[in-house]
Amino acid sequence: MTRANGSPAGGPDGARRPAGRRTGPGSKAVVAVLCALLGLGLAVQVQRTAEGDTLATARPDDLVQLLDGLQRQEDELNAEVVQLQDTLARLRRSGATSAEALAEAERQATALGILTGAVAAGGPGVVVTVEDPSGRVSPEVLLDAVQELRNAGAEAFQVGPVRIGVDSAFTGTAGAVDLDGTALTAPYTVLAIGDPPTLSAALAIPGGVVDSVRRAGGTVTVEQSQQVRIDALRPPRTPQYARPADG
Amino acid sequence: MYAVIALAIGVVAGLFLQPTVPDWMAPYLPIAVIAALDAVFGGVRARLDHIFDAKVFVVSFVANVLVAALIVFLGDQLGVGSQLSTAVVVVLGIRIFGNAAAIRRHVFKA
Repeated sequence: MTRANGSPAGGPDGARRPAGRRTGPGSKAVVAVLCALLGLGLAVQVQRTAEGDTLATARPDDLVQLLDGLQRQEDELNAEVVQLQDTLARLRRSGATSAEALAEAERQATALGILTGAVAAGGPGVVVTVEDPSGRVSPEVLLDAVQELRNAGAEAFQVGPVRIGVDSAFTGTAGAVDLDGTALTAPYTVLAIGDPPTLSAALAIPGGVVDSVRRAGGTVTVEQSQQVRIDALRPPRTPQYARPADG
Repeated sequence: MYAVIALAIGVVAGLFLQPTVPDWMAPYLPIAVIAALDAVFGGVRARLDHIFDAKVFVVSFVANVLVAALIVFLGDQLGVGSQLSTAVVVVLGIRIFGNAAAIRRHVFKA
């Protein structure tokens, strides 16, 4: 402010008049009333502001803007909810899918374990006992027996103490038969799991296992059982060269 | 002096009575208070200049409040209410500062 003290060049309503006019008691009262009104207004407005109820005093324009902002926010949050629900549904679906895949894998593992001899197996089947008093039953005869049983639908085998796997081999000579390097001793016991009547019929066909053993001077006893337990295991073999191929 | 006492009485009354402001008046009250403050500062300055006139003060007080309220009302009708309120506050603030500077020179001689 560059005005000199007492300069009359103030605003148009600065309560200025050329000096000399004094105030009477009536105008004093009016001035007092106005000042009291100002104090009242000040106090009320300060209290209103302090109450923080700004929405009640806000202008319609500001309220509309606030409302717009809130609605935009709500839209964004709704979109986010939809997105998250999608994600949840997708994860649930894939969770169910992977649970099915896991169950399927377990089924396959069980089937493969029975096939390869990695797990014990039980069920209906036959117990075949091959007596060989003269020691003339050859490995081929035992191999025939296993093959006939397999053709008849047997699913798991055990000869003596040895579980039959996909790479089992009968070696040796008649009277001294080896199975996978383990010496078998007569009488040979063959356990097979499958349909019992079918299995025993397969062994009894003319020119089959029973006949071959009889020609070699031995006897075959086939006992059908509703509960044959095969608990000999083959150690799992890790493939050295073969790898799963895609497709 | 009586004006200061009246002001204090008004503040105390506002604090204790807690009158409710009608809704139609709510947007105008802050602007009206600022305008009245401007008039009061002008009055104080005139008093220190020994040219205070109660009639001029009363007229300027009432006119200030009415014009400020009218401007805000017009602004609301024209859709520029908040901007015009800001303009009024700025202008009145400048005037209050000017009057306050003049008062300061009177009181502190500096």
